[in-house]
Amino acid sequence: MKKLMLTGTAVAALAAGPALAEDVQIGVIFGYTGPIESLTPQMADSAELAMAEINAAGGILGGSMLQSVRADSTCIDSAAATAAAERLITAEGVDAIVGADCSGVTIATLQNVAIPNGIVMISPSATSPALTSIEDNGLFFRTAPSDARQGEVLSEILSGKGIAEVAVTYTNNDYGKGLSDSFASAFEAAGGTITINTPHDDGKGDYSAEVAALASAGGELLVVLGYADQGGKGIIQGALDTGAFDTFLMGDGMYSDALLADLGADMGGSIGAVPWSEGEGADAFAAITEAAGVNGESSFTRESYDAAALIALAMHKGGAGTSEAAAANILDIANAPGEPILPGELGKAIQILNDGGEIDYVGATNVELIGPGEAAGTYREYTITDGAYETVQFR
Amino acid sequence: MDFLNAIVALSNFVLIPALAYGSQLALGALGVTLIYGILRFSNFAHGDTMAIGTMVAIYATWALQGWGVSLGPLPTALLALPVAIAVTALLLLLIDRGVYRFYRGVKAVPVTFVIASIGVMFILNGLTRLFIGPDDQRFDDGARFLIHPRAFREATGLAEGLSIRTTQALTVVTAILVVAALFWFLRRTRTGKSMRAYSDNEELALLSGINPERVVAITWIVVAGLSVIAGVLYGLDKSFKPFVYFQLLLPIFASAILGGLGNPVGAIAGAFIIAFSEVTVTYAWKKVLTYVLPDALAPEGLVQFLGTDYKFAVSFIILVLVLLIRPTGLFRGASA
Repeated sequence: MKKLMLTGTAVAALAAGPALAEDVQIGVIFGYTGPIESLTPQMADSAELAMAEINAAGGILGGSMLQSVRADSTCIDSAAATAAAERLITAEGVDAIVGADCSGVTIATLQNVAIPNGIVMISPSATSPALTSIEDNGLFFRTAPSDARQGEVLSEILSGKGIAEVAVTYTNNDYGKGLSDSFASAFEAAGGTITINTPHDDGKGDYSAEVAALASAGGELLVVLGYADQGGKGIIQGALDTGAFDTFLMGDGMYSDALLADLGADMGGSIGAVPWSEGEGADAFAAITEAAGVNGESSFTRESYDAAALIALAMHKGGAGTSEAAAANILDIANAPGEPILPGELGKAIQILNDGGEIDYVGATNVELIGPGEAAGTYREYTITDGAYETVQFR
Repeated sequence: MDFLNAIVALSNFVLIPALAYGSQLALGALGVTLIYGILRFSNFAHGDTMAIGTMVAIYATWALQGWGVSLGPLPTALLALPVAIAVTALLLLLIDRGVYRFYRGVKAVPVTFVIASIGVMFILNGLTRLFIGPDDQRFDDGARFLIHPRAFREATGLAEGLSIRTTQALTVVTAILVVAALFWFLRRTRTGKSMRAYSDNEELALLSGINPERVVAITWIVVAGLSVIAGVLYGLDKSFKPFVYFQLLLPIFASAILGGLGNPVGAIAGAFIIAFSEVTVTYAWKKVLTYVLPDALAPEGLVQFLGTDYKFAVSFIILVLVLLIRPTGLFRGASA
């Protein structure tokens, strides 16, 4: 009996932990199944890389370890995403959420789960303009820029090439609709003509009817605002097969190595834009992802790393592992003034905060949160040459 | 020149795709109609039978490709067909033994069979996802184009390109061969005749000594052949994604019912009517009309009757119209 009690005490002592601090649970809700499932594993790995880095430096709040809890947003099914977020908060007890990924499910989880429960969300990839003006009680942030900006960038790329007439197809959801609206208004304001602006549904086997309609409307090139694993690829395949279009202008959802491997050889001269970053932050991120064996070259990996890092640093600054503390301090952490913090320097950031200093989180994407807490955004304009992406410039 | 351009554009975007799609639907609808004629129920598991058969064909194709076997310009998947058909036939016979034979024994009403087939559908659907997953799979190889649109444009000097993919040509040729073989089998062979006799009048067929279990077994084997060929051709021509085969169920049933359930000729006619309706109704006619009409009459808008997202609605509308106006279908099949 005595022995048992002793063991019990030992277990209790272990459970209390050496630093007497509670672990902080961070939900990572991305679409591990669904239209962008080829991107999400790298995104989650990057977010978890930031958490691991902080844990290795001793955690936040004097010893609280960050724990990642993944949940599947499916990218397209709002009901499933809401249920997954609900589970994260009620069953897993997460203190903040990195995610969601696609705009539709992000709006749904924010409104149905995060706001009622007072949980902060930082999305690395939801880019719908609707999220700028959404009523979020100060709980929603994003490290990805709004598509209102992307629409302008795409339009500028076309103007730069002297292209005045295009056909547009977009994936039939909040992301596609938002992006096509912002592109259409920017392009038409710049004097361009859109011959047809039509949605396509993801998950179909055959896009020949959609391609036929686009071909009939005509245009100098086809603007594809969809997903690289889904309808967007089907449309491009169909257009190449029928000879309807040879060159494409692609939105950020179409940037994918898999697409390039399958179709890149026939897409020479196609152009596109993807949120990107260059400079010290991006280089530092490339170095740490390489060291950790994470694919950091994939879309939105940088934004995911930054989202997780911002949550952790804001909690630390706020002095509590809660959403309240995070929400109040994210803008402080992200913007100047303060010591610039690059990827790989999260331990240093915590040290500076401990010493009462200020930090300006630069991260992998030169984080600068504007308006209601969204990234200003830099885009990489690329062109496809000989089956490979080639950077033209940054906008 | 404009007239030629119009014809080329029309062929490229309407006639050729619809012809290939119609052939794929026809093979699917023939399977549905055979089961309806002989086993007397609408087999909802047909789409997923196609999916699982195609899955077997894909595995066999990958194995063949791994061994370095190739058919030159033709897809290797053609060599995998016999294996896939054999496996699928075995599977269908097992399902018949495990599920449908029981209901035949108790002389269940057709609706019971239909519900049972929905259960089978879910199981096959789950099996397919379990093995190969819900993603796109590529298994086509060989030459992709018979006529490349760019080459056609350069050779003819026309503004419009014409594209004929190997898989499209293959689909049409295979469909013609399979349909011819099926009709020869049904009309000329003893087994085929016994199947038709059983379909026309079950009691009379039993009295004249036809073994019903044998007829049923042969029907399943023939259906396995048709569904695997249809599934593989569709997968080669478009893409293999398990869920897409489930979605094909609607146009396939619409074709079979439009032609008259249980009537093979009707199934083929129905399939082409559905395919051409789907493509022509959702096609934007602007380009073709601009070529054909004088400049003054050239259309401003897209001249599109229905948005492409309503493609499946076309089969639905046709299905509802047929059921309302002529439930036995164009070729007087059984009443749906």
